[in-house]
Amino acid sequence: MEHSSLAGRIFRGVALTLILIFFMFPIVWIFLMSFQTNEQILRIPPRILFEPTLANYEALISGQLRTAAGNLQISFMRNLFNSVVLSSAAVLLALLLGVPAAYAFARFKFRLGETIAFTLLSFRFAPPLLVLLPLSLYYQELGLNDTYFGIVWVYQLIALPLILWIVRGYFEDISPDIEHAYRLAGHSWREAFTRIAVPLAGPGIAAAGLLSFIFCWNNFVFALILASADKQPVTVGALAFVTASGIQYGQIAAAIVLSVTPTLLLALYAQRYLVEGLSLGAVKG
Amino acid sequence: MSMVQLLQTNAQAAPAKPRPRVRLLPYLLSLPALLVCVAILVPFVTAAVYSLQRYRLNLPYLRGFIGAGNYIDFLTDPAFWNTFRISITYTALTVVLELLLGLGIALLLRRPTRFHNAVSIMLLLPLMTAPAIAALMWKLMTNPSFGILSYFIGLFGVTDFKWASDPSSALFTVVLVDVWVYTPFIMILLLAGLRSLPRQPFEAAALDGVPASFVFFRITLPMLAPYIITASLFRLLDSIQQFDIIYAMTQGGPGDRLMVFQVQAYLEFFQYTNVGRSAALLMILWLITNILSNIFIKNWLRLRARAHGHA
Repeated sequence: MEHSSLAGRIFRGVALTLILIFFMFPIVWIFLMSFQTNEQILRIPPRILFEPTLANYEALISGQLRTAAGNLQISFMRNLFNSVVLSSAAVLLALLLGVPAAYAFARFKFRLGETIAFTLLSFRFAPPLLVLLPLSLYYQELGLNDTYFGIVWVYQLIALPLILWIVRGYFEDISPDIEHAYRLAGHSWREAFTRIAVPLAGPGIAAAGLLSFIFCWNNFVFALILASADKQPVTVGALAFVTASGIQYGQIAAAIVLSVTPTLLLALYAQRYLVEGLSLGAVKG
Repeated sequence: MSMVQLLQTNAQAAPAKPRPRVRLLPYLLSLPALLVCVAILVPFVTAAVYSLQRYRLNLPYLRGFIGAGNYIDFLTDPAFWNTFRISITYTALTVVLELLLGLGIALLLRRPTRFHNAVSIMLLLPLMTAPAIAALMWKLMTNPSFGILSYFIGLFGVTDFKWASDPSSALFTVVLVDVWVYTPFIMILLLAGLRSLPRQPFEAAALDGVPASFVFFRITLPMLAPYIITASLFRLLDSIQQFDIIYAMTQGGPGDRLMVFQVQAYLEFFQYTNVGRSAALLMILWLITNILSNIFIKNWLRLRARAHGHA
């Protein structure tokens, strides 16, 4: 059916080309823009061929932005550092808390487990601001406002449900007989968990960890509300940077490239797990 | 280390009575998840209480219980109905466009050739871009003075098109960004669905020389329905709560043109410091998402049961 006619094949080729252009062009174009000076960017008509410059990246890394109006201090590298710290800490904590819980949900059928799993699932669909706005008032009272810990803690709302639902599915697919046999040989449940169950569910745990890292990194609204400038990740920092730097388009493009490169590289590296995790996470919760 | 050894020796010393530990163990293991649940539920209940109060951060002495006052005010408030209308329009447009486009792409990439797989991996990249950053990318490309897209449409004689900064094209622009980011999500789910369909019905149809349109509408679509419904449900519930793209692009403007639920609730809270109104707005949004998700989950379960019954 798919090889049928020449016209059909031409249609498919044209359609796929258009699709690739639509989805890839913005990334390619911003990447090119990040190596251009402002004068090159403002040139009309725009050119594909240009003399690349690293000035935009130098400005971002050194934190000194030279504008017509004078020098401007920028802390974009600080934002990048914050993103790395916040996302890694959030995923580590979520794995530490979530993997044993996912194991419990998969192996023991108990009412509380189902209730927790479904509460987390139903809040996957609740508006984040509904939780965040009152939380910001609580945080102010508790002194958690604008602390790394406070932000890592709310990131659990993103990472933990994802890890619970994906890893639970993987544990359920492993036959408990292996663990039973291992325990009959005189090992504790702890050994059965760390030496048998976790290694067997390894791919699922990796997928869930990667996916939660990407979602934490890409999150915008949590830190927008709970973090001030020196704790902000790149998503919030880039927006602040656009407001502050105004017309330094080359630097804005470079900041965008630096913000998205880590997640895009991770996505390419782990695309097989990712597709699996996305479909599983979507289908199972 | 010693703790681990202690636990291990304990377990080995008392293999005769694992029963009471097994009862307790699942609760111990799920304690952290329970804590997170509580951490979500406390602010949620707080928000529900706030929504019944007159509560402004700048006028704390006026704070008091007013029952459904905030909600009743919305009924006659044109700003609320504007928000409602914009949110529904945004959601309907994005979900329909993403579904049609995502289904089309999934059908094109259906055969698992190396080239098709490479394309589907490349299409993951927009989905893995932070939506707020994606909005900034498109902002650079749609800049009226140097944006490449403004230049392209200029070649077709469309000049003075202001994209997100003009009330008449702002909605179109943010929908375009949403489509760019989220179409791959639908594509991935539907592609996984398409590739997992049984082959026999298609082979039988090919043998009988059934026309392609019949195969598509009578075999492919019905069999794919559970996947289509799951994917649309996810997009529907996310889309009606869209914040990142719209806030990063225009902060709800120009004027109140893109004032969707969460953006308005954010501004009510931080700009007008009206906690009560903001909470009431979010409660209404929560109610809408809840109703939608219930309808869809029921439908999805029924369809899945039917698909399994026939297969």
